[in-house]
Amino acid sequence: MLITTPNLTRPDESYAALIATHEGLSEAESHALNARLILILMNHIGDHAVLAEAMRLARDPGAQAKFSETVPNGPKSA
Amino acid sequence: MTALVPDRYTLAFRLYPYAKSPDQDAATPVRHGAVIVGGGPVGLAMALDLGRRGVPVLLLDDHEGAGLGSRALCFAKRTLEICDRLGAAGPMLEKGVQWNLGKVFHDDRLLYEFNLLPEGGHAFPAFINLQQPWFEKFLHDAIVQVRAEGAPIELRGKNRVDAVNVADDHVTLDILTPDGPYRLEADWLIACDGARSPVRGMLGLSFDGRVFEDNFLIADVKMKADFPTERWFWFEPHFKSGDSALLHKQPDDIWRIDFQLGWNIDRAKELEPENIRRRVDAMLGPDVEYELDWCSIYTFQCRRMEKFRHGRVLFAGDSAHQVSPFGARGANSGIQDVDNLGWKLALVLEGLAPESLLDSYDAERVHGADENILNSTRATDFITPKTPVSKLFRNAVLRLAEHLPFARTMVNSGRLSVPCTYDGSVLNGPDHPDMPARTRPGSVCPDAPLAGGWLLRQLGPGFRLLTIDSEAPEVLSAHGLTVPCLALAATPELTARYLGTAKGAVYLIRPDQHVAARWDRFDETAVAEALARAIGKV
Ligand SMILES: Cc1cc2nc3c(=O)[nH]c(=O)nc-3n(C[C@H](O)[C@H](O)[C@H](O)COP(=O)(O)OP(=O)(O)OC[C@H]3O[C@@H](n4cnc5c(N)ncnc54)[C@H](O)[C@@H]3O)c2cc1C
Repeated sequence: MLITTPNLTRPDESYAALIATHEGLSEAESHALNARLILILMNHIGDHAVLAEAMRLARDPGAQAKFSETVPNGPKSA
Repeated sequence: MTALVPDRYTLAFRLYPYAKSPDQDAATPVRHGAVIVGGGPVGLAMALDLGRRGVPVLLLDDHEGAGLGSRALCFAKRTLEICDRLGAAGPMLEKGVQWNLGKVFHDDRLLYEFNLLPEGGHAFPAFINLQQPWFEKFLHDAIVQVRAEGAPIELRGKNRVDAVNVADDHVTLDILTPDGPYRLEADWLIACDGARSPVRGMLGLSFDGRVFEDNFLIADVKMKADFPTERWFWFEPHFKSGDSALLHKQPDDIWRIDFQLGWNIDRAKELEPENIRRRVDAMLGPDVEYELDWCSIYTFQCRRMEKFRHGRVLFAGDSAHQVSPFGARGANSGIQDVDNLGWKLALVLEGLAPESLLDSYDAERVHGADENILNSTRATDFITPKTPVSKLFRNAVLRLAEHLPFARTMVNSGRLSVPCTYDGSVLNGPDHPDMPARTRPGSVCPDAPLAGGWLLRQLGPGFRLLTIDSEAPEVLSAHGLTVPCLALAATPELTARYLGTAKGAVYLIRPDQHVAARWDRFDETAVAEALARAIGKV
């Protein structure tokens, strides 16, 4: 199950680190870095069902919120 | 005279020269049981399979043998096992080149090496490299041999099928020969006439799928270079001979080289020898001497017919489904079609199984084709990314693969052909939870060493009962079939591959060596019922 509730131990640090990682890179280099980062994180997660859910959510970030409104306890299925 | 049926391609081997048949002078069309159109690898294997089962079979081809040129090269273990059952594998193995090691490069960097490291305890290697004309020749040699022993196989060269008319219980064929036209009837027609299948066209059937917008230059070069017997694949090679490149060894000092050229090319110009040489020189370096043996440019597609059975007409091989060559699934899957269809058609012709058994050929092999199309589409998308973002991720995978083993699992330069499991087939009977998943009903039997031989060789042409540490009668007779039992004691391989944690195992095995059903003990009623199901009687 994809975690969508707050889960970062140090959100501000992590965000700043992400931006800093791109420092001095051209746009193309940044895109390439992002792609590598996604692949590394995908491998860390591993579970295909979780990844597929994350991809759906990334494509349509509103989908889960809308769903949560109509279903009192939020989505149950993966 | 032969101008009436002109060659569309040059022959590597002239195998079945035209000879006039008495059928051509018959007052009314002669009726045959099974007629095959097309003598490529699939048609030849089909004729051999049916003929060995004693089914009279007639094969028609508009040429007189195996065509020259670079096509299939990698033949998979399962193909060799099937060819072994057909008595043709020995020479293939002897002539073919065996390889296990692959190297993947990006630009000028070696990203990683892989070893196919086939599991021990199998008679055949994971793959051999053998030129397609030789594969066809060895099938033909096996036909000649069994025909001498009485197998009812007839091959007619320079017999071009120009029209088919399908009735409910037979098919009429109009054939052109160097002596003019004649007409034949067939109870069953098997169309093995290749990707452009004229028979498919004559029936007005569609062949839908995807064309990949890319051209591949295939060059077979002859050289005495001492490159190792490995498969080398480059993404975006530093020598700039193409967007990707492949080097693979064949028998007779021939090497297969592929260059990915892109979509908008001038075909004729690219095929000029000096232009091919320019690419090959850049790849091999200036000091390597070689001759160009054969070159052609291909575009690739992945598509299939919606159904492989249309009443009395069955489609097999490239006529039914076409894949891009990444993963070597074309001829390899066509041979699995033959494996699946041969015994079913033989049982129907003998009146032992209902015609509806042939619908399971359609269901099972459509499933196989979809698996192959999925795999080769994914490989093609990785090798030739279709969008900028797809290329971005592809190159990110390659960049990581140099350092991180996890990324190597995503690198896809072709997932090599493995046999398909017919999960969910209507022919499947009961499973047993304590036995290994790899031998569940629908799976092809993995080979295993036995005292003095190999398991698959013991299975024979018909249904078999296989017992491991279990009691069963020597022969079971049911539904008009005689099923002999192969009784074995557990070995480490048999335990790992068949027994699992069960105390004993009883397997019902189909003539194509796929598992029909399995139990932990023999029960005559249960086995007879599974047999009925496996021949389409339930
Ligand atoms: C570059 C390349 C590389 C490949 N590499 C591999 C590989 O490594 N491994 C692999 O498994 N596959 C590979 N393939 C695919 C393989 O070549 C095909 O899948 C295979 O040839 C299909 O066999 P077939 O018998 O179905 O059809 P074909 O080989 O096309 O044979 C059809 C036959 O029908 C005959 N015919 C056609 N029309 C008529 C008519 N009207 N009347 C009578 N006869 C007719 C033709 O003359 C021909 O003999 C490759 C293909 C290409 C192009």
